[in-house]
Amino acid sequence: MKKVKHAILSFLGLMLIWVMLTPRDMQEIVAGLIVSALVVLLTLGMEPVLGDVRLTPKSLWYGVLYVLVFLRELLVSNLDVARRVIDPKLPIKPGIVKVRTKLQSRIGRTLLANSITLTPGTLTAEIRGDYLYIHWIEIRHEDLEGATRDIVQKFEKYLEVIFG
Amino acid sequence: MVNTLYTIAAMIGLAALLLAFVRMIIGPGAANRVVALDVMTIVSISLIVFLSAHFGRGIYLDIALVYSLIAFVGVVAMARYLERGL
Amino acid sequence: MELAGAIVTLLGSLFLFLGALGLFRMPDIYNRMQAGTKATTMGTLLFIAGLAMGFHETIGASKVIIIILFVIFTNPLSSHALARAAHKAGIPLAKETVKDDLAADEENEEGAMKGTQEGEEL
Repeated sequence: MKKVKHAILSFLGLMLIWVMLTPRDMQEIVAGLIVSALVVLLTLGMEPVLGDVRLTPKSLWYGVLYVLVFLRELLVSNLDVARRVIDPKLPIKPGIVKVRTKLQSRIGRTLLANSITLTPGTLTAEIRGDYLYIHWIEIRHEDLEGATRDIVQKFEKYLEVIFG
Repeated sequence: MVNTLYTIAAMIGLAALLLAFVRMIIGPGAANRVVALDVMTIVSISLIVFLSAHFGRGIYLDIALVYSLIAFVGVVAMARYLERGL
Repeated sequence: MELAGAIVTLLGSLFLFLGALGLFRMPDIYNRMQAGTKATTMGTLLFIAGLAMGFHETIGASKVIIIILFVIFTNPLSSHALARAAHKAGIPLAKETVKDDLAADEENEEGAMKGTQEGEEL
């Protein structure tokens, strides 16, 4: 079941990229269908990462919300970095903290780690089991719970609904 | 007017490239140089898109696309190497 | 539209420059990565989007979207790989650093492993 879902979703994704990259005529679309099907067939043995995506209306809506939250955090993080870099005193108080995630699916964790890297002052350095080790440019909480609340949960609540 | 603004933007991008290059030269150590290289590739992808617009050749966009792919694989390979050797 | 594109591009180039400046000024490799990844991702996004707004007959929007998606997905991944490699290679953190949970946990693990080995020997 997971494999079928993964195959269908990756085929649709590949096809979408193909259509975006090539001029839209019949020949190109047929070639795209063949190539996408071949890629999906050849990668059937790999782990079905996209099989964890849930396709309910709620999860789609949370996906939209997630993208919006992500873009806002990206903007905030850039202004934050700009402020720190321009400041002649270079106000940093860096360190590596440990946080816990509830996400189980691999793609969910990847997206979480990516989002954390692009949000203000944090960079994912290592993932081990349920724990993420994060380089924080200005440590505000030294304990696991406080850091988890501050860094992980704003994304986790969306990713949890989308991927489980 | 508009073209001047675009040119200024490209020049600032070039300055960024130069600054990253300075970091690449002074290091210290291989890891710092790879980080600088990573930044340089991202900046140069932007500059390739600028050149595509400047010369009016849409085909240069494909170069930017493929370069972003290859640079990513290259940086990850170098990170692997730094971690424990290939 | 063209003026808006030029302004967006200019903004993007400023972010690119700030990213490189951060790369230049920060004290250790992890902080350099922070500046390098975040600011350049946003900078590239704005730079390319602005160019697509100004030159839409040369630069197709669909290709630009794909490049932007690529950068957003791959840039954090590569810096994550680099950060991990740097920490494994034992590159020290800056002197301003407050704490390092990862190194502490690694030491604990090694200690535990030594403990079991000694236990087996006994």
